[in-house]
Amino acid sequence: MKYVDEFRDRAKADVLVKEIERLLAHMGRDQDRPLQIMEVCGGHTHTIFRYGVEGMLPKSIELVHGPGCPVCVLPMGRVDDCVAIAERPEVIFTTFGDAMRVPGSRTSLLQAKADGCDVRMVYSPMDALALARKNPTREVVFFGIGFETTMPSTALTVLQAAREGIKNFSIFCNHITIVPTIKAILDSPDLRLDGFLGPGHVSMVIGDAPYEFIARYYKKPMVIAGFEPLDILQSLWMLLKQIDEGRCEIENQYARVAPPAGNAVALQAVAQVYELREFFEWRGLGSIDHSGVKVREAYAGFDAERRFAVPNARIADPSSCQCGEVLKGVIKPWQCKVFGRACTPETPLGALMVSSEGACAAYYQYGGIKRGSDEAEASAA
Amino acid sequence: MNMISFPPRRARGKVHVPTVTLAHGGGGKAMKDLIDDVFVEAFDNPLLAPLDDQARIDLLDLAQYGDRLAFTTDSFVVDPLVFPGGDIGKLAVCGTVNDLAVGGALPLYLSCAVIIEEGVSIDLLRQIARSMAATAQEAGVKIVTGDTKVVNKGACDRMFITTTGIGVVAAGVELGAHRARLGDAVLVNGLLGDHGAAILGARGDMALQSPIESDCAPLQGVIASLLSEAPNTRFMRDPTRGGVATVLNEIAEAAQIAIEIDEAVTPLRNEVRGFCEILGLDPLYLANEGKIVAIVPPDEADQAVEAMRGHPLGRQAAIIGHVVAGEPGRVTMRTIFGGRRIVDMLVGEQLPRIC
Repeated sequence: MKYVDEFRDRAKADVLVKEIERLLAHMGRDQDRPLQIMEVCGGHTHTIFRYGVEGMLPKSIELVHGPGCPVCVLPMGRVDDCVAIAERPEVIFTTFGDAMRVPGSRTSLLQAKADGCDVRMVYSPMDALALARKNPTREVVFFGIGFETTMPSTALTVLQAAREGIKNFSIFCNHITIVPTIKAILDSPDLRLDGFLGPGHVSMVIGDAPYEFIARYYKKPMVIAGFEPLDILQSLWMLLKQIDEGRCEIENQYARVAPPAGNAVALQAVAQVYELREFFEWRGLGSIDHSGVKVREAYAGFDAERRFAVPNARIADPSSCQCGEVLKGVIKPWQCKVFGRACTPETPLGALMVSSEGACAAYYQYGGIKRGSDEAEASAA
Repeated sequence: MNMISFPPRRARGKVHVPTVTLAHGGGGKAMKDLIDDVFVEAFDNPLLAPLDDQARIDLLDLAQYGDRLAFTTDSFVVDPLVFPGGDIGKLAVCGTVNDLAVGGALPLYLSCAVIIEEGVSIDLLRQIARSMAATAQEAGVKIVTGDTKVVNKGACDRMFITTTGIGVVAAGVELGAHRARLGDAVLVNGLLGDHGAAILGARGDMALQSPIESDCAPLQGVIASLLSEAPNTRFMRDPTRGGVATVLNEIAEAAQIAIEIDEAVTPLRNEVRGFCEILGLDPLYLANEGKIVAIVPPDEADQAVEAMRGHPLGRQAAIIGHVVAGEPGRVTMRTIFGGRRIVDMLVGEQLPRIC
């Protein structure tokens, strides 16, 4: 497959791994004092596990799997709200596939569907809008979820619906923004991270500039990274070079897709439809100021939150759940008290076990063969 | 003598309406006509012809093929009913034939029970019955007994088919997951994931057009080739729902062995790879309907591949992995990138990722 296979080239991977080893050795890093790099985005976590990238790296570097999985960080209260909307007989509730299984305090959308709610999986908010055109007597609600990556497509769908004067379409907006979240992680007192792989698809929309503060004020380097395994290795290498050379910058490895200035049309649509919320609740991280968006008053007719009464309850994470510490790199997934015992992908307690992009689910399913299992076995022994 | 001429009577046993109605399930003439005109017409064979409540099969006749009866059943509820590369009828025959064949049995006789939702077109029913007949012929089996039910609209999704099959296992053929040993090769007879991708594409809700056709096919022939060249084959299974990943996990679990497969040699059609890339799916979990996973001792592995490649349904056969030393029950994959990862059971249905 053109434009894909080139980025999975094993020979190039070997060269990069050797370079990474050399840089780590030059920095005097070893197994006891590993460098900690956070990949912010769940897409990166997925690639790392899918291709076994972690197992190819020396033990003197540790990857910390960050909060960038929108499905994982969705709080239970919001899932309850989704179910409450889906339970209305006039509603066709549409959602991306992997949000179906996220548990609320009562039930998931998958279960709600089995119980008779009209819940449908779509691939794009435009598909949901098409359903609204086709079913004029029903209310079609789209579950808007994701970071800046998916925000423009829901914004453009709302604008399209407005242009067509469609009255039976709305979105339940759960979009979140990445920058305040990275800031919250950087502000946490137990932070140990040495640098970040930045979410390439978010930068495709917002560009590089919003991350400048990470280098300037927090003195942590970041490389905006693509999603193929070679992208990950090259970005790690670029990050290590920065650290080795004493530089601290925001670099872009994913320039083939993510232009430095982002996408002006997408940003314009987002600004037109959404405004920042004062705060938004994150599973595992708690409430973070200005970390979510809501639909502006001008588009109130397309806002499911305004149109349907929802319970809007704040449901606390289970007390046994240590997702927050895993997200910040304080502990590894398998060091959590409930990992693989009370908390599994079938019955997830915590956010990170929910989607295959979540660090815990990825460890559970794909296995950290080199570190995860060795150390998990060692700690169990 | 005055000749009184009557209008000619309508031919018996013909269906003259365009769609199936509840009358066709009522047990009267309409039902008999439907069975005669659609099913008996297509399946035509001496064991079925008497239309008794059961087919009676001569034991001595069965005994000439081996010393054990193999017996299996499967239900088919695929949506859409007709898809690129097949339809529910072809699937219903292949599924049961293959379940017999992977046990080392020669498939011989099938039953066919059809549950039809009122309103299904007779033409479609006829098309599917003919497809079953053609596939049965290709598989060397006879459909010798059956049942038809018609249900109210909404009580089933147009048409469900259940087939039950019997076959005979030749003396000396012993297959079982427990026979797998360290060093054994893991083989497949061709490109993986075609059926799953074809069905997902055909449902049309992905707005993706793909030329992928289902691999749906009866496997008794390619299995016979395999067993003749690799008589010590340990075990076979057809990786249908849940795909190759699920079957390998079942084998590893049952035999308490570790299996490692190599992504670089796992045969995948480029279209299926692309389909999975776009939708965020893993082809190892996509269903196949014309594939086998076989565990073969190392000294017979090469001839097993050659034997399969000599059959039209095995041209792209390959050794995709081995039984290795490792944690019992665990399946791992050497990725094309040079890393290793665990290939686990799916928790539920494979759900596409957001981004």
